[in-house]
Amino acid sequence: MVEPMVRMRGLYKIFGARGKDVLHHVQGGMGKEELLARHGHVLGLNNINVDMQAGEITVVMGLSGSGKSTLIRHLNRLIEPTVGEIVVQGEDVMGLSENGLRKARQEKMSMVFQKFALLPHKTILKNAGMPLSVRGHDEATCDKEATKWLDRVGLSGYENHYPAQLSGGMQQRVGIARALTANTDIMLMDEAFSALDPLIRTDMQNLLLELQKELHKTIIFITHDLDEALKLADHLVILKDGAVVQQGEPQGILLNPCDPYIEDFVSDINRARVLRVRSVMSAVSEADIAGEVDADKSLEDLITLSDGDTNHIYRVTDNGETVGQIDMKDLVRALVPRASSSASAAR
Amino acid sequence: MAFYDGLFNAFGLKEWCGEAASSAPMSMAELLAKSSGKETKGEFFPFPSLDNLNESCPGIIQSRDVTKGIENGFLAAKPGLKAVLDPITQPLSWLLDGALWLFATTPWFIMVPILVLVSWFASRSKQVTSFVFASIMMMGLVDHYDVAMQTLSIIFVCTTISVLFGVPVGIAMSKSDRLQKSVVPFLDLLQTLPTFVYLIPLIFLFSVTESKLYGIAIILYAIVPVIRLTDLGIRLVDKDVIEAADAFGMNDHQKLMRVQLPLALPNIMAGVNQTIMMSLAMVVIASLVSAPGLGVNVLRGIRNLELGVGIVAGIGIVLLAVILDRVSKAALKRVDMTDVKH
Repeated sequence: MVEPMVRMRGLYKIFGARGKDVLHHVQGGMGKEELLARHGHVLGLNNINVDMQAGEITVVMGLSGSGKSTLIRHLNRLIEPTVGEIVVQGEDVMGLSENGLRKARQEKMSMVFQKFALLPHKTILKNAGMPLSVRGHDEATCDKEATKWLDRVGLSGYENHYPAQLSGGMQQRVGIARALTANTDIMLMDEAFSALDPLIRTDMQNLLLELQKELHKTIIFITHDLDEALKLADHLVILKDGAVVQQGEPQGILLNPCDPYIEDFVSDINRARVLRVRSVMSAVSEADIAGEVDADKSLEDLITLSDGDTNHIYRVTDNGETVGQIDMKDLVRALVPRASSSASAAR
Repeated sequence: MAFYDGLFNAFGLKEWCGEAASSAPMSMAELLAKSSGKETKGEFFPFPSLDNLNESCPGIIQSRDVTKGIENGFLAAKPGLKAVLDPITQPLSWLLDGALWLFATTPWFIMVPILVLVSWFASRSKQVTSFVFASIMMMGLVDHYDVAMQTLSIIFVCTTISVLFGVPVGIAMSKSDRLQKSVVPFLDLLQTLPTFVYLIPLIFLFSVTESKLYGIAIILYAIVPVIRLTDLGIRLVDKDVIEAADAFGMNDHQKLMRVQLPLALPNIMAGVNQTIMMSLAMVVIASLVSAPGLGVNVLRGIRNLELGVGIVAGIGIVLLAVILDRVSKAALKRVDMTDVKH
């Protein structure tokens, strides 16, 4: 097992003046509401244990108030944990001095914000170059790097505009360019696309995936939108009331939700578009093969391919090699969420 | 017999009170009453004030002893205060005298273009600049150029000093809630104390011939808005932007210089604008303690009932106020980058 890029162990956050004093109640199993009613403290995070692998997009998903924004701010200690261990690239973040922490923020992780948080009095170019100028690089270097990344996110020609002159989507491109200019291994994205309208959001998601294919950053992405989570995630962490309800590979969560909360969550999405052939296929056996399909195609693609005929079986290939086969009947079964299928089985 | 006699007797304090030193009439009203042959008749239930209590019990001080005590206390502290404050504030006199000299000796044909240029660079507005030029020429036309320049030079010095001291105080207040809590009442006091009351202790402390006397009065009065608005401006800076600054590892100094001050600048400039206006208001009142300028003419108008002189000087002050206000507001608008149009 390779050392994860980020490791969080036994992380608790209780907001309030005497967080440490009421910690033992939470560790003893007291819930969020009871803690607030009895002790007047707000439970932010409850025993978080998460590994985030290098080069992957880890998506942390939850409804508002579930503690996801609190979680991401613990990585760079914008919020101090009540107790717990945070290790980034093998280094204990909790043990860092003020200077060490500042250095880690400058060189290890950059952040993209929901409300963009650009400097309104600086041009786009200076905004994007800000992480480098904070580190003390000269202006020419900052401008050169900033120009490069602004060009990469599709904003060349806007260098001398001010943030207020750009649309929301463009401002967030600046936010991403700023994070990329910092040239850190880790990128923290706090609901980065939530403030954008749906079409632009899809654009930005594609941009992020495209950049990721090339840069292989470790991205921690916060969202409340399951479709977005499933589109981006290599590893999905679902939070509820500050605790991790389920985490793992998103297709696995979708097919085997372990909690009614998550079943509710996943029941509304378009499974045909999200599920991959790979997740539904079975082992190769002798059968009448009607055609071939790539393992990473979505079920929707396969339905189009089969023209809606459920009597076929397809061979599943990955880079030209046969890895399994898929019966169209299995595919149709997989489209029905588990909650309702178990209900009908009980009948 | 006075109303409260019974009270003191009841508590057995007659001994402690002692006998009245004299029965001579104490107030003008009593004196008048005595001379007109009427005995002063006490109210039915007089307020238990010091004077009323004193009538029954001479051991208790009179109200005039309080004011007397304040005066004596101040006079006793005066040598010490003077020894400390005199040297510290001396540079203010030099600055004011220097500025007065500079503004007065620079010939008008150099001074006017300088002022026009300054307003152009501050405002970048043709309208404002031409208004400044027209106003100065108009004041010159009625031979008020020299006094206007005196007023302007005092405002220039006092505003500069107010900003130099006010902005750092405001920054410090924005960083510490405790400091803010302790400074705000003092600022409230400075702002509500009647302007003439500033002058009283200052007259005792410094000689009326010294320029710093009115300099201090103006600065104390005018420094308040720039402190308040710097504090407010920094506190109002968007929390998200501050968080971004933290997330990218800015240290406190970088955060202040690159984020907080630039984003608070519109508010700070509004404070500077207010400071300029308030020093103009005070410079007129300060003419009572020998501040030169347009205020002197206003004072002359009041004292000698020279209606015309007073009104012309008054209009001059209004013109000066409008000039300063428009130029500083135009500068404020220029620094407000959140307001950029496409």
